[in-house]
Amino acid sequence: MPTIEIRGLCKRFGKKVVLDGLDLVVPQGRNTVVIGGSGTGKSVLIKCVVGLLRADEGEIRIDGEDVTKMDERELVRVRQKFGMLFQGAALFDSMNVGENVAFALRRLRRYPERQIQDVVEEKLAMVGLRDIQHLTPAELSGGMKKRVGLARAIASEPEILLYDEPTTGLDPIMADVINELIIRMRESLGVTSISITHDMASAYKIADSIAMLYKGKIIEVGTPAEIRHSASPVVSQFVEGRAVGPITAEHEEFVRFVRGSGESGERKEQ
Amino acid sequence: MAKEGNRIGLNAALEKFGTRVFGMLEDLGNIFVLLLQCVSWVFRPPSEFRNIVKQMEEVGIRSMPVVLVTATFTGMVIALQSWSGFQRFQATSLVGSVVALSITRELGPVFAGLMVSGRVGAAMAAELGTMKVTEQIDALVTLATNPVKYLVVPRVIAATVVLPILVVFADLVGILGGYFVAVYLLGANSYVYINKTYQYLEFKDIYTGLVKAAVFGFLIAIISCYNGFIAQGGAEGVGRATMRAVVASSMVVLISDYFMTSLMF
Ligand SMILES: Nc1ncnc2c1ncn2[C@@H]1O[C@H](COP(=O)(O)OP(=O)(O)OP(=O)(O)O)[C@@H](O)[C@H]1O
Ligand SMILES: [Mg+2]
Repeated sequence: MPTIEIRGLCKRFGKKVVLDGLDLVVPQGRNTVVIGGSGTGKSVLIKCVVGLLRADEGEIRIDGEDVTKMDERELVRVRQKFGMLFQGAALFDSMNVGENVAFALRRLRRYPERQIQDVVEEKLAMVGLRDIQHLTPAELSGGMKKRVGLARAIASEPEILLYDEPTTGLDPIMADVINELIIRMRESLGVTSISITHDMASAYKIADSIAMLYKGKIIEVGTPAEIRHSASPVVSQFVEGRAVGPITAEHEEFVRFVRGSGESGERKEQ
Repeated sequence: MAKEGNRIGLNAALEKFGTRVFGMLEDLGNIFVLLLQCVSWVFRPPSEFRNIVKQMEEVGIRSMPVVLVTATFTGMVIALQSWSGFQRFQATSLVGSVVALSITRELGPVFAGLMVSGRVGAAMAAELGTMKVTEQIDALVTLATNPVKYLVVPRVIAATVVLPILVVFADLVGILGGYFVAVYLLGANSYVYINKTYQYLEFKDIYTGLVKAAVFGFLIAIISCYNGFIAQGGAEGVGRATMRAVVASSMVVLISDYFMTSLMF
């Protein structure tokens, strides 16, 4: 079972620095929850981990193998260890739900065709859905899409799972079903995972450790209890969801700065 | 002052032109890379056979009606035009040959190519572009599937194989359309018309047309897939990708047609 070790990870888009020397270690069989404000680069982080985005600097070791140095062919092999839930579910809209969930099973030929239906049914049941195999993604609600996306991610029984906001858009009861599922994946299957969430209740429940992403770096890692009582003003503002504090102070300054200089800045570009 | 202003205008125009040219060269390079990737993935398991068949159905059935209608009317209008022209020097007996040669050598493949650029090229770019901006292509990657192998290779193979088949039908209905106009509307002698159609039509005329069609199909598919792959930023981006795919593939059909013709005949 794998560990994920990230050292000095940098990712830029043009001039915009999103990740700036990020370090994070996820021990095997553990779930690390990454929290952080909107647009701080949480999704970018897990896309770098599966090699969807190329890191500019730093290393990402999966079981000791550095994915940032791999070519596409090696990446294909390493990616088979992964399952990923996308923030927007990313279901294939040309296929129905059953075909979506069965996709990796058919590609990898893990099961004979007649067993696939049973596996699909089982995985859908795990996310609290039944009898929807024949529906197309367009016919699902947002929360249902999310859960089908989750069923698709766990279908091939990966060793590592990356959940991008698994409970966003779900009602509280369904959110808790998904929390239980994430815990079960870890406890009974020993899956190593990174979850991204804004939902602190969910974070406290599912996390072995919580890491806070702020300004391109992980500024604090700790157990849920440690994070809840963090001494850092940034972390405590975030976890308590206060409107006033260091995060928003800067934001206000930023807004004022943009409003003041935005127009002349734009003109310069043209 | 005015001179100065002109110079700045000229510089800006040159700069814009330069960026355009660089952009085009970059696209060209990227399409070549995509092509190499296609070649490197095409024989690796798992086989995309079912996917290819599905795409062939899609390309063939989607475009068959438009291709047939355009080819019929093209044949008809050539008969009409050449009839009135050839009347001036009493050569109306050659109308059959003119229709057959122009349809099989040029107009069948070119019009089919243009129609397929519009229908299939647009559909491919829009579908792949939507998949790109909604992260479905990323999802493919995480599900142990290479998107070039799964999406591009079947489309390129299908279009390359199906376009010549479409053109066979286009040639047939085009020649029939010309026959119909000449014989039933203009009063040509049916026997002479058919005879002249056969007399000057060589097998080479037909198969060069089909080779052209295959090249068009290939180019349309790879250009449209490329444009879908580079789509960015939501519905607007997909729209732009689709437009670029249609414009680029239609132009490439006409340009490559010239060069192939100059090589073949
Ligand atoms: N493909 C891309 N090209 C350019 N910029 C990008 C790209 N992907 C992400 N970004 C930028 O990176 C930053 C981080 O994006 P990311 O999606 O990781 O945020 P996030 O932390 O997941 O936010 P949220 O909680 O809202 O999902 C954003 O400012 C975004 O503009
Ligand atoms: Mg995100």
